[in-house]
Amino acid sequence: MAMAERAALRERALPVLVVLACVLLLWYGGAVGLNRAGAVERVLANSHPNGYSTADLVSTTLNMERPVLPAPHQVVADLYSSLVDWPLDSPRNLLYHVAVTAQSTLVGFVLGTLLGIALAAAIVHSRTLDRALLPWIVASQTVPVLAIAPIVLVILGSLGFSGVAPKATIAMYLCFFPVTVAMVQGLRAPQRIETELMHTYAASRLQAFWLLRLPSALPFLFPSLRVAIAAGVVGAMVAELPTGAQAGLGARLLTGSYYGNTVGIWSALVMSALLGLGLTAAVAGIERLVLRSRGAR
Amino acid sequence: MNVPDRQPAVEVRRASVVYPAPDAPVHALSDIDLTIAQGEFVSLIGPSGCGKTTLLRVIADLEPISAGQVLVNGLTPHDARLARAYGYVFQAPALFPWRTVLANVMLPLQIQGRPKAEAEAVAREQLGRVGLTGFERKYPWQLSGGMQQRVSIARALGFEPKILMMDEPFGALDEITRDDLNDQLQQLWQRERRTVVFVTHSIAEAVYLSTRIVVMSPRPGRILKVIQSTLPDQRTLDLRDTPEFMALAHEVREGLAHGHG
Repeated sequence: MAMAERAALRERALPVLVVLACVLLLWYGGAVGLNRAGAVERVLANSHPNGYSTADLVSTTLNMERPVLPAPHQVVADLYSSLVDWPLDSPRNLLYHVAVTAQSTLVGFVLGTLLGIALAAAIVHSRTLDRALLPWIVASQTVPVLAIAPIVLVILGSLGFSGVAPKATIAMYLCFFPVTVAMVQGLRAPQRIETELMHTYAASRLQAFWLLRLPSALPFLFPSLRVAIAAGVVGAMVAELPTGAQAGLGARLLTGSYYGNTVGIWSALVMSALLGLGLTAAVAGIERLVLRSRGAR
Repeated sequence: MNVPDRQPAVEVRRASVVYPAPDAPVHALSDIDLTIAQGEFVSLIGPSGCGKTTLLRVIADLEPISAGQVLVNGLTPHDARLARAYGYVFQAPALFPWRTVLANVMLPLQIQGRPKAEAEAVAREQLGRVGLTGFERKYPWQLSGGMQQRVSIARALGFEPKILMMDEPFGALDEITRDDLNDQLQQLWQRERRTVVFVTHSIAEAVYLSTRIVVMSPRPGRILKVIQSTLPDQRTLDLRDTPEFMALAHEVREGLAHGHG
């Protein structure tokens, strides 16, 4: 049993590890190539005025202060120091920023999901709304969020909303769309025979919605939630850019680029990827629990 | 067995259903006259396209009529449906896959707003009557096709409708299961004497179950012949080998052949 489990784990872990090794190899290669010019000009010219070996060049490119492309071990070291050397409530600790971004992401995600379900319910129940709303919903997503974000932030700010609310709004703006599209399809998923069954029971529209449409739509909802929460992270981070926000992974990215702190940018980048992965995994976990309680095969 | 002056369960008077079509309109039902007394077991039989399912759907308010009149318990089909006058069993079980067997049977009771404990007790009892005690916590996919259809019958009977409408409920099942369910349905009717309107394309099934057999014919959908069963009320599957049964089956077959001639 344990053997089989270990074999299964190896089978699943091996491809991931192979890809990781390839990425690291390319990354180190890229770091050497991209940092070479800077290393020669800024470091080696001073430290080795009489010429340098290839080994000198490689070790310098991989350990520069402000590299064009930081080496993976530099990013790991920066992450580690940020997580360990500073308390959780310090802006120097990346987890602090993760928490800030996660908060606006989650608020936006919940609001976006509710909005998405409400829009979908309105669309499937009214032919007029189907025609009137759907084009606008699609159009809303063709406007770049980068352009919308500052406008929304300024307007909400002038109305006295600050803190989480404006950022959550932007996250919601990206979250609701996949939910709406999936739920319109899901709420229309019941077969004719199931709808007629409810009809013979003289079920009201509300009963048909709760007892038939919504449960039929759940298998459509969860994949869209996974897309939505990943989009929500992007929305929350974009919203942190134009305000000059003090905290959040987006703000970290921005300060990193102000000060040419490339290692810091990459650390924030890795953290945001981990945040996205973690949130998606959490949604997938909830999906498994819910579907199991419904007797899924 | 019936008080003669009781109101009929179903009255159909000169009813027609016409589907508009670009070339020529399709007469799914043409000038149907049929009265079903309470407590009768009436089968509608005929080749596909004869309108037997359409007639059932008209009575159940799943399809509008183009002309004529239909009354169910003295009400229009719409009002009868709102009054929950009938239970309907479809060709497919149409169980909700996310509900357990018990919860599926409880569905109509839940819609009617019955208290949960009462609904559960009724559902358990109905499942017992179709021989499915012990399967309450299973999900539909864990049951065979025959068992699923029995659940759907239990579901239709749970709220004690006066009329039970069945649209080829055993059409998709194998012959052995079908015989078994025919027998169970026969016993159920014996016990409770609800009005049953039963659509089928099996002559043996119609003869075995019915007190009256309505033979229909396509293009346009119409009633060819109504045959009163001469079989005794108490029936077992052995009855199918008696000369009386065969004679009745022959009569139905003749009637069907007539429609094609």
